[in-house]
Amino acid sequence: MVYSHTVRGITHSFADLRTLLAKASPQRSGDELAGIAASGSEERAIAQMTLAELPLRTFLNEAVVPYESDDVTRLIVDTHDAEAFAPVSGLSVGELRDWLLSDEATPIRLASLAPGLTPEMAAAVSKLMRAQDLIYVARKISVVTRFRTTVGLPGRLATRLQPNHPTDDTLGIAASILDGLLLGSGDAVIGINPVSDNPQTVTTLLRMLDHIRQRYAIPTQSCVLAHITTQMQAMKAGAPLDLLFQSIAGTEAANKSFGITLDLLAEGHAMARELRRGGIENECGGENLYYFETGQGSALSANAHLGSGGGGVDQQTLEARAYAVARHFQPFLVNTVVGFIGPEYLYDGKQIQRAGLEDHFCGKLLGLPMGCDICYTNHAEADQDDMDALLTMLGAAGVNYIMGVPGADDIMLNYQSTSFHDALYLRRLLGLRHAPEFEAWLAGDTYCELKRIGQPSALLLGGAL
Amino acid sequence: MNKLERSQPLPTSARISLGQTGPSIPTREQLSFQLDHALARDAVHAQLEVTTILRGLEQRGLRALALESAAGDRRTYLRRPDLGRMLHPDSAQILQHHACDLAPSPEVVFILADGLSALAVDRHALPLLDATLSLLSPLPYPQGPVVIVTQGRVAIGDEIGQRLGAKLSVLLIGERPGLSSPDSLGVYITWEPRAGRTDAERNCISNIRAEGLSYSDAAARIAYYLHEAQRLQATGIALKDPAHPLLSTGR
Repeated sequence: MVYSHTVRGITHSFADLRTLLAKASPQRSGDELAGIAASGSEERAIAQMTLAELPLRTFLNEAVVPYESDDVTRLIVDTHDAEAFAPVSGLSVGELRDWLLSDEATPIRLASLAPGLTPEMAAAVSKLMRAQDLIYVARKISVVTRFRTTVGLPGRLATRLQPNHPTDDTLGIAASILDGLLLGSGDAVIGINPVSDNPQTVTTLLRMLDHIRQRYAIPTQSCVLAHITTQMQAMKAGAPLDLLFQSIAGTEAANKSFGITLDLLAEGHAMARELRRGGIENECGGENLYYFETGQGSALSANAHLGSGGGGVDQQTLEARAYAVARHFQPFLVNTVVGFIGPEYLYDGKQIQRAGLEDHFCGKLLGLPMGCDICYTNHAEADQDDMDALLTMLGAAGVNYIMGVPGADDIMLNYQSTSFHDALYLRRLLGLRHAPEFEAWLAGDTYCELKRIGQPSALLLGGAL
Repeated sequence: MNKLERSQPLPTSARISLGQTGPSIPTREQLSFQLDHALARDAVHAQLEVTTILRGLEQRGLRALALESAAGDRRTYLRRPDLGRMLHPDSAQILQHHACDLAPSPEVVFILADGLSALAVDRHALPLLDATLSLLSPLPYPQGPVVIVTQGRVAIGDEIGQRLGAKLSVLLIGERPGLSSPDSLGVYITWEPRAGRTDAERNCISNIRAEGLSYSDAAARIAYYLHEAQRLQATGIALKDPAHPLLSTGR
């Protein structure tokens, strides 16, 4: 269906919903690469005006990626909650923005709205929002999840301790873990990206993580971010797996390029639940065990970004669609790895910052426990100042967790993320506290003894492993 | 589980034990990080020393050609990976002329591409080429000219190999600089390089630099892959990494 809007006597038309969303999307090198971006600032502004007039119901009648050929669209349509949608069903996209910012939109109402919104609606409204809107509305939404710690409570900030090593050396990894623990990192998860994607490595690393966790009685959870099938093999071999990890995307084709299907995600989930680790099915009622990662541009990079009529869908809308996959599995953590993909998708600090705020907002609006890997590569036009700005904005927006990498330098993945110190800064600046269980551990005798020894090398000589 | 010995340094280059001032990183560490970032940034934006490399190849008695991708400049290169994967029309024509003069078609063509670190190619390409050719010497098959290509990505080797009618391409390319590795060189080996090949159809050797994989180890791996590729008539998933421990020290 064609969407038209008359501005100052001139009528502008957009061929379909997919095109309108792409033209209304804030400037992004990835959409330019795909040849679907607005031709200039004027066309973008007019597309945003046109989108603002669009009734939200339109999104229930027109798919940007065809229902017949894409299982993510089918998941979105088949699980849409009409009752939850009812309070906003008469609004346009622009009116939804006004409502979200209004005092009518209380935390409780926002939480109950989540299953009534589709990812495309969330993406659409975000395109009309400025940075402060994205921060302010996200701040009103709390998504709380539990494993051994409780993450996402208001006034709290957790971290994923990320101790990667270029040869998966257990001593080298342990040194980074101990350094992070000494700086109070790791209440969301201690998660390693392994170099080798094989079950033996995953099992070895999971055992090492479990050993450290138990030795120091740390209330946290571990994860080794290998492919889901590798983790499933490790589980079969008896590996102590807490959180199950997988990268996901917003189209069936992109997920296929990751070697996954929705069925495989369900199968892995059932298998990990059977281990009954952490809070799963015990007295605190934990239900969350997935750790998902996403990022704008992943579908395009796999040439899996095509939608209705064979045309490209913008990368921010596709990112929001990945959240539909995530929320189906009630994850413990979702992480948008915002600047990792490179400048052909997010060119500079400005684009990375905007994308990080959009992803956090859309994820929270759809009911997800959003964290963000605030990061950049050395070929992007970005630096530490850009990351400090995004870090501070996401802290204000109530991000559930951020990464903790020694000195912000990931020596395995060759990119810069946030350091252990960055979390200290943000907590001190905004008065944010650790996850409650971890906070209690930091006040206890074990941690006091760790701090007394004080150095990773001394701890390792003392037999930390 | 591994144990740390008293005399042993920690087996990691991670930025640990940095200390603290308030919540923040102390000045010395902050400035050191900034310098490393500057080195990585400069490596991304450096221009390949084409004249120097051409002279080096000439001194070795190797025929050489200098070409350009369709990307034109670094800003375009960074935003348009598709243009970095194809030759500029003028370069394509030069190569086509050259291919007509080649009889028979070369078995192997070596390609040097700046990729994301011209510094890596400036420093490591010729020494690695020397180490590799000395292992392969005498070449049992015809070798094409060494092709230097600026603003090039990995897949540009497919077009070059195809135009020369080569059976195999060995592409040496600057890898994306990390904060501690501004000059890391990668090698991609592709059987029957033709437009449309995917990365799953190549074999890759990574992290060739002073602190990483040595020239001799990398050359031994290249020789192994070339030998196996000719035996299997394929590269990529079908060609497994060497089992020999001497050849498995790097990734």
